[in-house]
Amino acid sequence: MHINSPKFKANVTHALADTRLQKALDFTRPSFAGRRGAAVANLPEFEQLRDIGRDIKNHTLAHLDFYLETWAANVEKAGGHVHWCSTADEARAAVLKICQDAGARTVTKGKSMISEELGINEHLEKHGIAPVETDLGEYILQIRDEGPSHIIAPAFHLNREDWEESFRKVHTDLPADRVFNERRDILTEARTRLREKFLAADVGITGANFLIAETGSSVIVTNEGNGDLTQTLPKVHIALASIEKVVPTLEDATSLLRLLARSATGQDFSVYTTFSTGARRQHDLDGPGEYHVVLIDNGRSNMLGTEFQEMLRCIRCAACMNHCPVYFTVGGHSYGWVYPGPMGSVLTPSLIGVDKAGHLPNASTFCGKCESVCPVKIPLPKLMRHWREREFERHLSPQSSRTNLALWAWFARRPGFYRLATRIGAAILGRLGRRKGRFQWLPFASGWTDGRDLPAPEGETFFARYAREQREKNS
Amino acid sequence: MSKHIILGAIRRGLRRGPLPEDQAMALRARMTAHPRHLIPARSRVPRPEQIALFLRNIEKEFGTFTRVPDLAAIPAAIADYLAAQNLPTDFAMAPHPELAAIPWSERPLLTQRPGRAQSTDLVSLQHGYAAIAETGTLMLPAAPERPTTLNLLSDTFMVVLRASRIVGAYEEAWDLLRAESHDERSGGFMPRNVMLVTGPSRSADIESTLELGAHGPRRLHVLLVDDDPTALA
Ligand code: SF4
Repeated sequence: MHINSPKFKANVTHALADTRLQKALDFTRPSFAGRRGAAVANLPEFEQLRDIGRDIKNHTLAHLDFYLETWAANVEKAGGHVHWCSTADEARAAVLKICQDAGARTVTKGKSMISEELGINEHLEKHGIAPVETDLGEYILQIRDEGPSHIIAPAFHLNREDWEESFRKVHTDLPADRVFNERRDILTEARTRLREKFLAADVGITGANFLIAETGSSVIVTNEGNGDLTQTLPKVHIALASIEKVVPTLEDATSLLRLLARSATGQDFSVYTTFSTGARRQHDLDGPGEYHVVLIDNGRSNMLGTEFQEMLRCIRCAACMNHCPVYFTVGGHSYGWVYPGPMGSVLTPSLIGVDKAGHLPNASTFCGKCESVCPVKIPLPKLMRHWREREFERHLSPQSSRTNLALWAWFARRPGFYRLATRIGAAILGRLGRRKGRFQWLPFASGWTDGRDLPAPEGETFFARYAREQREKNS
Repeated sequence: MSKHIILGAIRRGLRRGPLPEDQAMALRARMTAHPRHLIPARSRVPRPEQIALFLRNIEKEFGTFTRVPDLAAIPAAIADYLAAQNLPTDFAMAPHPELAAIPWSERPLLTQRPGRAQSTDLVSLQHGYAAIAETGTLMLPAAPERPTTLNLLSDTFMVVLRASRIVGAYEEAWDLLRAESHDERSGGFMPRNVMLVTGPSRSADIESTLELGAHGPRRLHVLLVDDDPTALA
């Protein structure tokens, strides 16, 4: 995908002026957070499961070489093929070669963020193969030639009128004056159109939420069923997976699955959770004749052993962006690449370089909400701070923010002063913002508030609140 | 070779060489033991409550069910369901011996076509391998007698499930597969494809509003056969 992250500030200005986008953001924000909250409240063990999820991922990352080799050996035992690709170029070439060997003309695709990261569609098109996105959200984005604005709800920034307009433009064989009475009619038109594509495709490409070392399986999680049609009907199935997707056993995957849907959409479990192991077996009546996994590093192994290793625990649930005040002010496209929100602010500089994505870690109010909802407990604010410090060291920041950051760093290294200073700051801001709960503008911080509302502190810092809650708990 | 480049980079990051054999053995032992983690308490209840939890979750996820005393009662239950939904009486059916043994001739108006599903099939009938009460989830492993397309291509998806095959948690369903399934080629137990299905297909991509029947079935109907005496209370 094209990289627009260096233009973060301009993107934000644009997003704030986009009334359609702002309408979609306002419309969606409460439901995203609310659904997760309800699902979590329904599972008393959820907090314990977060610790378990974190530990499973940490264990796997500490032995990543071993589990990848075990997984790959088991894929091959089951008759599948593994293509190890250390760069995006290699991965694109591997996908193209499999498609060409299959004589493919059209390829259906399940939703995959790594496919966006690699730019698989553009590459296939360049070589005369037509990729068709089949996730409804991805389908409309492909029609509109837009990137996703969210990792699990890629097109939530569009309104109904956008869908109707786009469908009229491309489904030209249908009567131009047809009426879309309700959302259902839009869905039905897409379903019919894509059903033909599923049946005609030569190759199906999906992502993978997990790889399982023990069995050599890849796992996809969807609600629509498009991923399953993609991997079941064509004669070849390609799963794209990055190296950090592997977990040791089915039991490990199961524990993470208990966290995933609840954190993502607030469902107890997604509609389709599907485990693929090898190709069609003797006497099977359906299923792909070939099963390939394109295993992709593309910069991730460089994160191991650094302060960013923890980011490799991410299971792409989107809870962090769903709860992020910055994300819901600027929208996903402002982040300028594949991964938006807090997880993107940490991951994108790791993958495309801090020189291109250095603005992103600044897109935070450090409210800490992302970390508090992350199912695998990634300390996102801390990791964003690491990027800021690195950026600072590289002297990429303009003079004014360098001075402020140096000041902040002085306080941050002296916890006593830091607490005192933030307490004073929070109290003042809390009083100022009492009326609306958010700041549109703050004195001396217009560089900040020009592009974002700052949520008004509730008059108490995290530290103060934590101390109070501990006191209350213990009394 | 990219494999070596990737493994080398991982090991550099982890600041070690290939894993020493004693450690590798410990990891292999962990995979062989495949220890369970915390299992939520909600499904660890007496049998009748477990079945009730499963059925509650089926409905919570927009599915429906009919409870029948034995396999012989299936044709009448299906005929009633299809009539109530105003659906055609012919359907694609899993070529599974348990389904073949159902006395279909008692309902001559129902037409079954054993095999995989075609895109034109409006209704399909699948054999339920097992189900998980925790979230109302069906486990449908692919096999010659349980084609995957039946789960996906029809508009109305019906599943025959024996109550004795309902377990509390996913881990128990994996244990059924580990004990009962075997693949000659790999020597492992995983079928080519295992679908865990929780409710009918849906999408919230259009204005974040839930619509049923995205690409897969719009209706999911479970025919629960009460073959488990401990479950009846
Ligand atoms: S960082 Fe955490 S909350 Fe964000 S997508 Fe990844 S796992 Fe989910």
